[in-house]
Parts: sequence; C-alpha cells; structure tokens
Amino acid sequence: MRFYAFIAAVAIGLAGTVAALFSLERPGMLTAQLGYRGTGIEAVVNPRLIAANAPRHVAPPAIDPADPSGDRASTIYENVPVLGHLSIEQFGRIMQAMSEWIYPGEGENQGCNGCHVPGNFAAEDMYQKTVARRMLQMVQAINTQQTAHVGATGVTCYTCHRGLAVPAEVWSATPNTASSALAGQAAGQNTPLPRTGYASLPFDTFTPYLVGNAPIRVQDTVARSAPTAATMQQTEWSYGLMMHMSTGLGVNCVFCHNSRAFSDWEQSQPQRVVAWHGIRMVRVINTEYINPLQPSFPPHRLGPAGDPLKVNCATCHQGVNRPLNGAQMLRDYPELMPPAPERRAEATPR
Amino acid sequence: MSMLTFERKYRVRGGTLVGGDLFDFWVGPFWVGFFGVTTLFFTALGTALILFGAAIGGTWNIWLINIAPPDISYGLRLAPMHQGGLWQVITICAIGAFVSWALRQWEIARKLGMGMHIPVAFSVAIFAYITLVVVRPVLLGAWGHGFPYGIFSHLDWVSNVGYQYLHFHYNPAHMLAVSFFFTTVFALSLHASLVLAAINPGEGETVKGAEHENTFYRDFIGYSIGTLGIHRLGLFVALSAGFWSAVCIVISGPFWTRGWPEWWTWWLKLPIWR
Repeated sequence: MRFYAFIAAVAIGLAGTVAALFSLERPGMLTAQLGYRGTGIEAVVNPRLIAANAPRHVAPPAIDPADPSGDRASTIYENVPVLGHLSIEQFGRIMQAMSEWIYPGEGENQGCNGCHVPGNFAAEDMYQKTVARRMLQMVQAINTQQTAHVGATGVTCYTCHRGLAVPAEVWSATPNTASSALAGQAAGQNTPLPRTGYASLPFDTFTPYLVGNAPIRVQDTVARSAPTAATMQQTEWSYGLMMHMSTGLGVNCVFCHNSRAFSDWEQSQPQRVVAWHGIRMVRVINTEYINPLQPSFPPHRLGPAGDPLKVNCATCHQGVNRPLNGAQMLRDYPELMPPAPERRAEATPR
Repeated sequence: MSMLTFERKYRVRGGTLVGGDLFDFWVGPFWVGFFGVTTLFFTALGTALILFGAAIGGTWNIWLINIAPPDISYGLRLAPMHQGGLWQVITICAIGAFVSWALRQWEIARKLGMGMHIPVAFSVAIFAYITLVVVRPVLLGAWGHGFPYGIFSHLDWVSNVGYQYLHFHYNPAHMLAVSFFFTTVFALSLHASLVLAAINPGEGETVKGAEHENTFYRDFIGYSIGTLGIHRLGLFVALSAGFWSAVCIVISGPFWTRGWPEWWTWWLKLPIWR
C-alpha cells in the first residue's frame, strides 16, 4: 500500500514537472508599468515571443513617391470615380501598391488581374473591383472621419490585407445550431478559440457588439443598486468580447482598465477612449461598407451563415496594440486620402 | 506574576539555537530568547515605519493607508524613501520579524522536546509572503512587482495582477490553491462539528469519546480518518493551500506572460489529436 502510494506520488510529480517544462515560458521578461506604482497596472511581456512575432508586423518599403501635378487620372481613364482626383502618376502608383499589397503572387488572378479583366482595365465585370472600390472609399473615410481611433497613422490596404486577398483575421456569423441537441450543449461558448483567449466564454460576440450596438458596459455604477437589466450572461458576453480585444491587440485587461472599477472612466487608462472609438469604427466598417457588399460576393467568399467576412479588432491589429507596430504607412501614400475639398469639409468641427 | 499550576513544568533551561543562556529567561509569562529580541526589534521598527508612511501618505483612513513599492524603473536597486524605499525597509523588517518568530518557535519546540510541526507550518506562510515580495520581484527584475501595504491597495493589486493574465481562474496552481483552501475549511468544519457534538451530549447523556466519533463517520461515509489523522490531514491541506498560492503567483509573469486560459492549449496540442 505504502509502496504504491510512493510510486503514485513520484509519477504525479514527474508528470507535473514535464507538463510545467513543456507548457510554461522561461524567466527573463520585460515589464511596462502603465499605472501608479504598486497598483499592478502593468504588462509583463516575453521578449522572445515578441521577437518571434516581429516579422509579422513590418510594413513593406514604400514605393517611390509620385508627382501629384499634371493631368488628373479621370481625364484619361474611364470608370475612376474614387481615385479620379489623383494625378496620372499617383494613380499608377496606388494601383501598383494595391496589387502588391493584395495580389502579390504570380500567375492568373494575381497582380492587376486580381481585380481587372485582363486587357480591359475599365471593365466592371469582376466583383473584386466592386469590392476594392468600396474599400478605397472606406479607407478614405477612416483616414478622415475616424482619426479618434487611427490618429495621424491612418490605415492603408496593407493594414488588414498583408499580402492576402482575404485578410487573415476576419469573422462571419456563427450559424444557428440550437436545434441540434448535441451542438446545443455548447450554447455558443465552451469552445477553445483564439478569439476568446481559449476561455469558455461566449465566442459569437461580434454580431451583437461589432455589427449591432448592444451595450457592452454592464457594470452597475453604484453599489447594491436595484436589479439592472444586465444579467450574468450579458456580463459573460462582454467578457468574451474583451477577451477578443485583449488577444487581438496582444494586451491585458489593465492596458485599458483599472480592474478595481472596470466601468469607471476616471480610473481607466487613456487607451480605453481610443478603444471605445475603435469599437464604433468597426461597427461603421461592418454595417456601412462590408455588409452592403453582400450581394457582390460569390458564395465561396461568404461565411456559413451567408454573410460576408467582416472585421474585428484583430483584422488590423493582428496581435499588437498598434497595427504594424505603429508604422506610418499612410504618410507614404497620400493617394489614400480623399480629394482635398472633401477633406476640408470633414475637418470642420462637428 | 503568578504561574499556572502546570506552568513550572515547562519553564526548563536550554534548547536555544543562538545566544546560549544569555536570553534564556522569562519576562512575566513570556519566554524571551535571542529571537524574541530580534522579533521585537523588527516589529517595532517596521510598525513605526508603517506609521511614518501613513503620516506622509495623506490619509489616516485605515482602509486607504497605502505604502506602495517603488516604480518598476528602479529595478532591483534601492529607491528613495518617499518613492518606495519605505516599502523596501518595511519588507526587510517584516521578513526579519516573521523569520525571527519562526526561529523562536523552533527554539521553544526544542526546549519542550516537541516536533517541529509549528515552525514548519508557519514557515510555509512565510514562504508564501517571501515569494510575493522577494522571489517573484527578483525573477521579474524589479521590486515594483511586490504588493503594496494597505488594506484596499493590496486588494486592488491582487485584482489587477490577476487581470494581467486575462482570467486568473484558469491558472492551474490557483485552481489547486483555491481547492485546498476550500478543502481546509470543509475539513475543519467537519472536524469541529464532530468534536462539538461529542463533547456537548444531550440531557442525561455522557460525553462521547473517540470511538463514538469514529463510529459516526464509519456509519456516515464508511471511513474515519481518526483523531490523530484529522490533524495530519488538516495540516496537509492547509499547507498545500499556502504552497500552491505561492506557486500560482510566482508562475504568473516569470513563467507565463499570456492569458491563463491559453496555457491550457497544451491539451489541445497533444500529439494524439492535434
């Protein structure tokens, strides 16, 4: 009896040691202090993991700048309603950049042919061109109307696309499987996915919060208040979305919040304001730019529920709190700003 | 001061580790010993520094008094007194007082010919404290990783450090620690209710003994761990709670920087079904 207990203890100890060695990281971490000393508002990061992921967050070298003077592109090209205000040289430059950002490969349907009918650039036959045009309008709008989130850094096609026709981090609605008794057990949660940080929290939080505008802030603002509308389930939904924001940005909860009072703006970090604007920006992108394109997409570009592939925080951020580690790509691509008069109109105080 | 009738039996010479006979005397009912002196020294100095810290801290509200560790930027160096140096000296005093007390327990156990259960058990609590304010800060390279000394402030620290890892309930050592804490309380409540029932018999009945207690549990759950066994079990679960608490915080940061739920992906990545 005692012998078997001893063997069992040794076996458990060995298994625990092996599990720890293969599952944990080794010391030698870096710390960013984000709040007053002793509050625990800080981020401990592993420099080896950051170095391993660094190549994913490098902006490609900028193409040589184009002369903005001379004839407008609209004077010689047909069907250029969004970029017609550019000079011919600028127009060629941004077309080249887009082909390298989105269709960089060799062969058919790559390069210019990703969006254009070969030999007929003006043709409107390819859905990719329809989508690209709307996406250009979106980029112009983000760079002028969403500066509360994107600042002067702005966005380019590359911020999301990174050399892929479909950005790596996209989502679509989860088909309703509640009628299946077995699938129903999971109840839209209890599924280890990167978007919830592998927790058991609800994972289809994007539909209510990043397309719809369901309330995310569910915490009572006064202690022992009367029962509020927020249920434990709603709290878990908010937590599920927050797990996406954390993993999508490579940050922890205290990057934005002071956990002693998550809801209190006074005690939160300034980044929480930026994130608040980011959630609103994503809603605009999904509802005004992507969902209306649904009829344009072929079925294989739609999700299982028939909706187009949409954006969330990770689509741009891809695991770092500033996409491409804050590379100022827009500064090198003035072609992605709307025409000047429109820009002045946007700049007037609202 | 008068002594209890049996107390003279315990007032025996010897058993000291340090100081020989020099401090081997009593003050009133209290044995002094070398480590009694060091305990008193560190306790008095540390408490005085806490009061000093409160005095310069801007509030005497007992809940809000806060003596915070230095900024992370000081690394493992000494910080100015008003910028966390006070926390560093108080930490030294606290460790000095706690360790002195454990050694004093050790000396008393030697003096009385007892086992070392009491100093060993107390050492586990000291180990947990030292893990929080020394081992983990050293592994992370800054004293600023220690917890602040204040009632609310240390709770805020616990909360925020937990949320650095997104969902602390997924920390495997935290799971073990919490389970051991609850088991400790459960075992204590079973034991206490059994003892209270046995020694408070109904009207006209006699006090019940150990065999009665054993019979109750053999009837109830088919097994009785026994009068000595329950104390061994209690010691094990209580010390395990403290030990795994220390483990759960020392692995958070030095050995894991991501959300704790993600740690469990080792299960998903097992070569059997990955």
